[in-house]
Amino acid sequence: MQSTVVIKSSPGMVRSLLSATLLSFGAMSFVAETQAQTVNAVMHSGVRIIDPILTTAHITRNHGYMVFDTLLGMNEEFQPQPQMADWEISDDGLVYTFTLRDGLTWHDGEAVTAADCVASLERWAKRDSGGLMLMNHVESLEASDERTITLTLSSPFSYVLELLAKPSSVPAFMMPERLASTSPEEAIPEQIGSGPFRFMADEFQPGNRVVYTKFEEYVPRDEPPSWTAGGKVVNVDRVEWITMPDQQTAINALGSGDIDFIEQVPLDLAPLLETNDDLILETLSEMGSQTMGRMNFLYPPFDDVRIRQAAMLAMNQEDVLAALVGNADYYEACGSFFGCTTPLGSDAGTDTWMATGDLDRARELLEEAGYDGTPVVMLQPTDVATVSPQPVVAAQALRQAGFNVEMQPMDWQTLVTRRASQNDPADGGWNMFFTNWIIPEVWNPIVNPMLNAQGREGSFFGWPKDEELEAMRLDFAMAESDEERERIAEAIQVHALEQVIYVPLGDYRSVSSWSNQLDGVLKGPVPVFWNLTKSE
Amino acid sequence: MFAYFIRRILASIPVMLVVALFVFLLLRLSPGDPAAIIAGDMASPAQLANIRAALGLDQPLHIQFFVWLGELVRGNFGTSLISQTPVLTMIGQRLEPTVSLAVVAILFTVVISVPLGVIAAWRHGRFLDNLVMSASVVGFSVPVFVIGYLLIQLFALELGWLPVQGFRSLSEGIAPFASRIVLPALTLSSIYIALITRMTRASMLEVLDEDYIRTARAKGLAERAVLFRHALRNAAVPILTVIGTGFALMISGVVVTESVFNIPGLGRLIVDAVLARDYPVIQALILLTAGLYVIINLLIDLSYAITDPRIRY
Repeated sequence: MQSTVVIKSSPGMVRSLLSATLLSFGAMSFVAETQAQTVNAVMHSGVRIIDPILTTAHITRNHGYMVFDTLLGMNEEFQPQPQMADWEISDDGLVYTFTLRDGLTWHDGEAVTAADCVASLERWAKRDSGGLMLMNHVESLEASDERTITLTLSSPFSYVLELLAKPSSVPAFMMPERLASTSPEEAIPEQIGSGPFRFMADEFQPGNRVVYTKFEEYVPRDEPPSWTAGGKVVNVDRVEWITMPDQQTAINALGSGDIDFIEQVPLDLAPLLETNDDLILETLSEMGSQTMGRMNFLYPPFDDVRIRQAAMLAMNQEDVLAALVGNADYYEACGSFFGCTTPLGSDAGTDTWMATGDLDRARELLEEAGYDGTPVVMLQPTDVATVSPQPVVAAQALRQAGFNVEMQPMDWQTLVTRRASQNDPADGGWNMFFTNWIIPEVWNPIVNPMLNAQGREGSFFGWPKDEELEAMRLDFAMAESDEERERIAEAIQVHALEQVIYVPLGDYRSVSSWSNQLDGVLKGPVPVFWNLTKSE
Repeated sequence: MFAYFIRRILASIPVMLVVALFVFLLLRLSPGDPAAIIAGDMASPAQLANIRAALGLDQPLHIQFFVWLGELVRGNFGTSLISQTPVLTMIGQRLEPTVSLAVVAILFTVVISVPLGVIAAWRHGRFLDNLVMSASVVGFSVPVFVIGYLLIQLFALELGWLPVQGFRSLSEGIAPFASRIVLPALTLSSIYIALITRMTRASMLEVLDEDYIRTARAKGLAERAVLFRHALRNAAVPILTVIGTGFALMISGVVVTESVFNIPGLGRLIVDAVLARDYPVIQALILLTAGLYVIINLLIDLSYAITDPRIRY
């Protein structure tokens, strides 16, 4: 027997059902409105170290700009600009007075004070080479009152503002005094800054995911944004940085809308994105990076300047850049130590000394120097794509010139440990390695670590000792006009090329990509997430 | 059985101690300096020395070992040198994706490979057997990442049925979890399907020639009952061994699959830790993996007693 179930509806039941339906739609739209607007980004590396003073790692610097702020910023004209503070300089140029602007608060709700900034500057200066140099000329640094920082120089030093405003490695990030009092060799215990974003500690997964939310109490400046200067207006609720170690996966995720932004797109995969009308592919930092070779000045054969010159002449920038970058639209051969497109960039000295692949001259110099075939121990990192092609190309060029090259492949971590060794190359040391810097890290003789020529105790790996170069660097720091700085920078470049302090191998740029739902992506030497808007 | 279980657990303690000592020494004697990766390129020798001192890396090796061992006994696996995050927190963050991937992959493996192996053995020498064996060769030969990319291309990009990447916890719902685990689990299971299919087939072929199988057929049992109730149960011992070992391998590190599908698992964690010389993380993960192998081996041995009543401990 079939049974039939009949449901009789009543007006009351219909009204109840309708009300429930309407309520649920209302609830859904309410939920939609309160759902955070999130920008999902894949950066060039996972975030592990989150103290931006402890390390020079670029990803940590990028993290620093999310959470922390700086007294000064730098605009696209390479000019220091007020950010947290404005300044006045005494007539004799020895006293700098910084005044904090109104409305600055830390993420824990406390007001930013001058004492916080003094402690932050002291911590920064212990880690940053430019800061160290600055402090050698500082008589006192103190909080004159709640909002005033007074820096008094003991001797003229005209690069104060540029150092406080420099955008990279290591920017002078401000933090509460209780955090800034942490030793610079230990990580700060909390991420409390005054920057436009808060760090969400509960959601942090080192090496995998880091989450930032808009800091509602942040008061941006009124000026339009320009590099790290101007107004930092945040228009989204959340920014999530997701680590994707597989570059193809990241490309696919961007194409499918899983993510909104990729900081560095591999150039060989960029054509896959060019055909997608929903995506934008652009270079955010036109200055880019510089690749270079560094020799060990302590041991033969590169303790002889003629042999260093021979090696430089044997190498060819075009070959290195073609192997490293591939696409000529994204690299430029130039011999400048300070970047091809910066105010101090020039071709001074490059007509005589530059990596042009002049094998004949290289062989002549080797013969003149009496090169005896001492092996050149060349370190070759195998696991970092941006520094593994250079040694291969250079080794071949050196061999063609007559050098005896001994290539030693290893992972980057092993290389970093080995290059710190001042042992004989045959005993765990080395003769040559290659590395890259972004242009803001080398764009003047003060911040450029490779031009530090203080020898074994004070120089970057390679340890050149050159008193004339050091004297010129000091002159640069005390120069009082841009013209004087340009003149000294050219003289430094001529001298440093002749002495082959290092071998500039050209500049190159990377490309970023983002969804066309994002607007207001700012160009600059550092990727930033203020000014962005996202249409859903 | 209980006494056997206890004996095996106690016997694993010296094994774990040896593993702890071995991994500690291997890391400390290998080239690499965590202080350098923390400080970055521009750190001076003095700054690096200070960082090493702050991390306790300047202590004599035996002091470092016993300090670490002492903390280990108290259940403290230490803090990451690089991120300053407790190691157990980092492992905990990565455990669910790894276990989820491994469990689903093993399920796919068992559900697909065991019947395939049985069928191949049952139809030994015929078209079906040859087809299954050829397919298993493909499963062995094609690299995991190629399979992954092909599955992504077809199901995610072309058909749009599944997401391209990522992991969603089960707590976020079955649909989001399942949609993102299917492709990586299939990818990961491909080589194990190939392996266990062949293992099942070989084991079944040995058993199918036995007298009791002939007797079972002579009694008039349905072929399905002969295969799955009698033959497979007798062939199960080596199959269980491979399944258990495969599961342990999946838990301990499948970095290629995790990278292709962007799954934040233990495989990626240990590779990142090795590249960064993050000693506490590496040591903890290797110890946990060793412990996992001990437990899984024990469970496999105990499972023999379930499938084969002749085996008693």
